Amino acid sequence: MKNLMSQLRTALVATVLLAVILCGVYPALVWTIAQALFPERANGSLVVKNGKIVGSELIGQNFAGAKYFHSRPSMAGEMGYDATSSGGSNLGPTSKKLIDSVRERVKAYRAENNLPLSVKTPVDAVTASASGLDPHISVRNALLQAPRVAKDRGMEEKAVVEKIEANTQGRDLYILGEPRVNVLNVNLSLDAR
Amino acid sequence: MDHFGWIQLTLFVGILLVLTKPMGVYLTKVLDVEGKTFLDLAIGPVERFFYSLLGIDPKKEQDWKQYSFSLISFSLVGTLFTYAILRLQHLLPLNPQGFGPVSGQLSFNTAISFATNTNWQNYAGESTMSYLSQMVGLTFHNFASAATGIAVAAALARGVARNSAKTIGNFWTDVIRTILYVLLPICLVYALLLVSQGMIQNFNPYAKVEVVAPYASPVPGKDAEGRQSPPQRKVETQTIVQGPMASQVAIKMLGTNGGGFTNANAAHPYENPTPLSNFLQMLSIFLIPSGLTYYLGRVVKDQRHGWAVWSAMAAIFLVGFLICWWAESTGNPHMHALGIDAASGNMEGKETRFGIFNSALFATVTTDASCGAVNSMHDSFTPLGGLVPLLNIQLGEVIFGGVGAGLYGMIVFVVLAVFLAGLMIGKTPEYLGKKIEAYDVKASVMFIMVPVLGILGSTAWAATSAWGLAGLNNSGPHGFSEILYAYSSTTGNNGSAFAGLNANTCWYNITLGIAMLLGRFFMIIPILALAGNLAGKKSRPLGEGSFPVSGPMFTVLLTGTVLIVGALTFFPALSLGPIVEHYLMTHSNILF
Repeated sequence: MKNLMSQLRTALVATVLLAVILCGVYPALVWTIAQALFPERANGSLVVKNGKIVGSELIGQNFAGAKYFHSRPSMAGEMGYDATSSGGSNLGPTSKKLIDSVRERVKAYRAENNLPLSVKTPVDAVTASASGLDPHISVRNALLQAPRVAKDRGMEEKAVVEKIEANTQGRDLYILGEPRVNVLNVNLSLDAR
Repeated sequence: MDHFGWIQLTLFVGILLVLTKPMGVYLTKVLDVEGKTFLDLAIGPVERFFYSLLGIDPKKEQDWKQYSFSLISFSLVGTLFTYAILRLQHLLPLNPQGFGPVSGQLSFNTAISFATNTNWQNYAGESTMSYLSQMVGLTFHNFASAATGIAVAAALARGVARNSAKTIGNFWTDVIRTILYVLLPICLVYALLLVSQGMIQNFNPYAKVEVVAPYASPVPGKDAEGRQSPPQRKVETQTIVQGPMASQVAIKMLGTNGGGFTNANAAHPYENPTPLSNFLQMLSIFLIPSGLTYYLGRVVKDQRHGWAVWSAMAAIFLVGFLICWWAESTGNPHMHALGIDAASGNMEGKETRFGIFNSALFATVTTDASCGAVNSMHDSFTPLGGLVPLLNIQLGEVIFGGVGAGLYGMIVFVVLAVFLAGLMIGKTPEYLGKKIEAYDVKASVMFIMVPVLGILGSTAWAATSAWGLAGLNNSGPHGFSEILYAYSSTTGNNGSAFAGLNANTCWYNITLGIAMLLGRFFMIIPILALAGNLAGKKSRPLGEGSFPVSGPMFTVLLTGTVLIVGALTFFPALSLGPIVEHYLMTHSNILF
């Protein structure tokens, strides 16, 4: 019994001491250095336009209308792209609900971008991302949307493709991950023109 | 399966291999109370201050019962500490979003979940937890449970190495030295690297954004009168999560905890902003478990044994990964039939920046280790792609495994492998000069049987109960897989999920909580008993007749033991879930 009490006492003191260091000093130290070295990133990579915060470079948002590049389908929150409710569909490969909604999305995507039969639908354009906040689309998806965007804005298609290229990130260190187009950035650059 | 994937895989395994020795050497110094490290000057005074306040003599060792006793006291106090913080978070500071208290059963589940290094999450972090709950209530266990796992592994390695000894180390010394010398310094640098990639670290309230292109969107479902065409809602703003994320994520990965700051975990663009941050996160999951195999070699003075264990782990890891990668690259024939580009694989529940390769690799790594962070939604994987993470967990997470937990689990399989080999050749089984006797085999078999009970027993119960089926997001075989995954993940202290399952219900909170306790403490106690028993044995000098525990033959034997035990136990359950779903997907048009 004496041993039990002394072990619990040690455990209690250890918990308090460790909590001070690990949950107080450590995050505060990371916060201080991060705010000094990378203030913009530590605060969310927010994008400001005309004095207003219009989004974050890292957080996808929904774009409707023909003049914008469209983000991937999103299952975050009931309306999609709800950045307080990240998550995916969690529907499995033999889910009727999943296959039905993909079929609808394929139909809509092919119609709005006027795809000929010979062109396959890019998979990222019709599937929901894991976070529901994916800020990127594949390069192929962007290029297939370019004619629509160009037409709606009355621009040369070549100029729109140039915007895509300017907002394409390659693989990290030339090796890691996948090439991708940041949807918010490419749309903002089109608006700024 | 493109060549960029193969290059990334080579890079990943290559860097892991290179880091194994330095990490192992460093761990050897930290886990020896007399060991000298280059951080002594900075950390030594803090360490001594800890000992003086705790009133312990760091060099006074404990037998296995005292060691277990300290471990349980520490876990118990920590669990209550977190439970209290979650229940009282509305009264505590750093709660800019004004979240209310976490419910009693959810707090019970969450406190156990983090204390057992599981980090199963029946909640969405960004809409439930205050910054203080994340930073103190949860992060505390990310360090403490990781250090506890490493301490147990060290105790077992000492048990194997020592000759007629009564003690296996001092729990408090092991935990404090591990935290101060290993986890904390690495996390400090690592967290800043993550911020440099775009991860947030602030205490601001959630950012209110005016979206570039406001749009009207139909509210899903029917309207009040039950009409099919629902009303439109105008979306003009987006609220973006903020918080002290980087400091928590660093230890979440390094300590193989895996509990996400946000619901989407490492798929969230803040929580894993770039492919480079993703690469670092995967590497940091395996870093300590891999280094511990080298530590084992050092402690038992047979470095080839350490590498043989490493090789067995690496072999199972690679086979599992290749299956997962292949399955996800091949994709879903139901989607291809809709005119979707088949070459791009299965992108449902995956992020563009990671693609197929990095999603499959992350899923394999996080379940080989008992991490459980996810950068893609395992629930939406193809059946065989999802089988790999599930089976990885069921094999006991000994493929590198959780920090400490992987090594002590693998040593149990070594004991079993040696025992089986002894039966086959008709010799007394012997592990590095220690006779393996009935007591050791019993303790090891208990380690194998607890998960069987926890996983298969609970799954059977839930799959035949109304409360079990009520939480499902998918039906058919995939629904069964959701339940099987949940109990595998919690019993295995992994924490990843087929996340469609809504388990924040009374029954699930409690049964999953019990599964986590079972999978942690009913496995650690037999391990410590084994450690104590092995330590007490007399080591016989190794000679011609000794059973070799290194070299390719032993690696094959060890790999075989892990796979055969796992396959025999779980194959029937897997047939009812992912395996039958695979054949339904490829050979029929049946949807659920």
